[in-house]
Amino acid sequence: MTKGTVQNKDKFLNKIAKRLGRERRNSGVKLPEWAKLPQYEVFKDFSQDELMEQFINHCKNIHTSVKVTKKESLKETFHEAISDLGGKSIVYWNDDRFRYYGLTDALYEARAHHNIDVHCWNPQLGEENVKVAEKANIGITFADISLAESGTVVLFSNADKGRSVSLLPRTYLAIIPKSTLVPRMTQATEKIHKMASDLGRMPSCINFISGPSNSADIELRLVVGVHGPVQAIYIVIEDE
Amino acid sequence: MGIKTSNEKFFDRVEKGINDSFMRKAVVEAQGRLEGRKTQTTEELGNWEDWRDLAEEIRQHTLENLDYYLEQFVENVSNQGGHVFFAETAEEANEYITSVVKDKKAKNIIKSKSMVTEEIGMNGALEEIGCNVVESDLGEWILQLDDHDPPSHIVVPALHKNKEQIRDTFKVKRQYDKSSDPTELALFAREQLRKDFLAAEVGITGCNFAVAESGSITLVTNEGNARMSTTLPKTQITVMGMERIVPTWKELDILVSMLCRSAVGQKLTSYITGLTAAKEEGDVDGPEEFHVVIIDNGRSKILGTKFQSTLQCIRCAACINVCPVYRHVGGHSYGSIYPGPIGAVLTPLLEGYDDYKELPYASTLCAACTEACPVKIPLHELLIEHRKDIVEEAGKTSFAEKLAMKGYAFAMSNPGVYRIGSKAAPSVIGPIAKGGEGKGPGPVKLWTQIRDLPEPTGESFRKWFEGRDKKGDKS
Repeated sequence: MTKGTVQNKDKFLNKIAKRLGRERRNSGVKLPEWAKLPQYEVFKDFSQDELMEQFINHCKNIHTSVKVTKKESLKETFHEAISDLGGKSIVYWNDDRFRYYGLTDALYEARAHHNIDVHCWNPQLGEENVKVAEKANIGITFADISLAESGTVVLFSNADKGRSVSLLPRTYLAIIPKSTLVPRMTQATEKIHKMASDLGRMPSCINFISGPSNSADIELRLVVGVHGPVQAIYIVIEDE
Repeated sequence: MGIKTSNEKFFDRVEKGINDSFMRKAVVEAQGRLEGRKTQTTEELGNWEDWRDLAEEIRQHTLENLDYYLEQFVENVSNQGGHVFFAETAEEANEYITSVVKDKKAKNIIKSKSMVTEEIGMNGALEEIGCNVVESDLGEWILQLDDHDPPSHIVVPALHKNKEQIRDTFKVKRQYDKSSDPTELALFAREQLRKDFLAAEVGITGCNFAVAESGSITLVTNEGNARMSTTLPKTQITVMGMERIVPTWKELDILVSMLCRSAVGQKLTSYITGLTAAKEEGDVDGPEEFHVVIIDNGRSKILGTKFQSTLQCIRCAACINVCPVYRHVGGHSYGSIYPGPIGAVLTPLLEGYDDYKELPYASTLCAACTEACPVKIPLHELLIEHRKDIVEEAGKTSFAEKLAMKGYAFAMSNPGVYRIGSKAAPSVIGPIAKGGEGKGPGPVKLWTQIRDLPEPTGESFRKWFEGRDKKGDKS
């Protein structure tokens, strides 16, 4: 990859060092041992079941309904969620987990029997994907990590997992394998920290999504649904 | 717009604020709700003070090593193909941003909420070269449509407007013909702004926190507008204050958690988005080109001084939401895009005392701001430091005294402000009550040059005043 340009760095950073009353620091800075680490106390030693309970509870506060299902009954729950969100048209990630959990079949049925437009994100089609997503009624993704404390799904984007799928459609459906649940953001950022130090290159976009978009900018009254999806549903699969 | 939001004199602005009954009611309600939600989510944690200690420690360590972390950050950005421009002044920043935009032959710019772009007056610079700049945060969009009405709160910029006023603005500017129901108003904004998102060639964002270890920037939003601005346009420009950085994703966790809880009482906002350079090869959506502009604009002057902790600020507005003075005078009274206690500390540091010498006196020193601050900036103490400096600087003239008396008169003429402030008086005034040395904040300092302040004995002045008739103490 061509390196990007950097302008005025030395002048700028020298000034900072001077103001701090010392020489420029280019190396040798170590993170201190922080005196307190309260983040690890949250839901410490909770089982996956307990985390799920917390997750579901918190989703009530973020205007997101949660459907819990076993792998065997997933297809049925999936159809139910699609119908709750108003059907019509779907865009979803090109993600092996759809096949693994039998959802590709379910999407085929939706198209064949319920007259729903179904589009799988396909990098070969380029911009066309964005246009489809913009018109779609439902965007569907899996969660890469899920956070019990805040009812959050964490998504790592790549060529097959477009950013637009969880953003442009009118509604959003996240599929959450129970095994992806961790207590809070702490465990997710630790994983990302490892990615940064091991791989060097990060996914260009990582989203922490907690429910539908909203705003309280008018008289501090909550409005659900602004620029992102106006409605969200989570399906948790009990996969353990 | 720049930092300055008004050419009127401080006391004229305050007068206006105090007489604006809708605004005052809105502020009282907003403070109650935001503070209430914050208290709820922080108490739930059970060890909020530990979180504050950690957040403070992280911010202090980062500022002490700011050159190191900025260098690591830009190395990682440029290694992944992103472009970096360090701007010492607002002019340099705007020159670079407009040159990128010209280079792209772009006309349509979509922006997500960013205080620092307000600070450098970026919109004006882009409009001058013929660009159509659209604010996409709902509050900011409302203000932009309403002939660039200045923001009055850093998290809820249109707090001073009611829904009827907003409906009328939409009606006049965009032929809106529906009700003043916030849901309908927001839906209209969604429809209108969709077109702008799709048409924009360049998206411009602020930056809540940059992450040094990976060269990432993060955006904390609820509406999804920052995601739209970084998903659809082909070019992304991110503008960040130089202090808005954390060492690794692990520290990001703490500061994002503190920001969401302190700003709006949410555990996390609907969207926390981490972006690393431009999209990868093969990716369909996301920008093809990524620029980050790192702004000094007066911040380096604060480093290495007694005011350094001001740069710990994460712009959550928790101090604003508890401030009794803000409650009475509203955001516009401060004359700065940064209102409230943090604004009263930060604005004079960035812009000098000439236009903002009254701000450090627009406080009762009740310390509610300091207690609310998630990164433990000693705001009320810094206000006292400002007062000392103002008096010293103006020592040669009679200005200090006049100002001091004016400031005192301001608090005295607003019983609400005085009442709340004076509850904290014993702890604040106690150590400085002895005369002869000219110690103490503002008016008190001048007073104690010649006489003793009555030493508070735990009983507040108001209490004593109410009781003095009964005691027959009329001296």
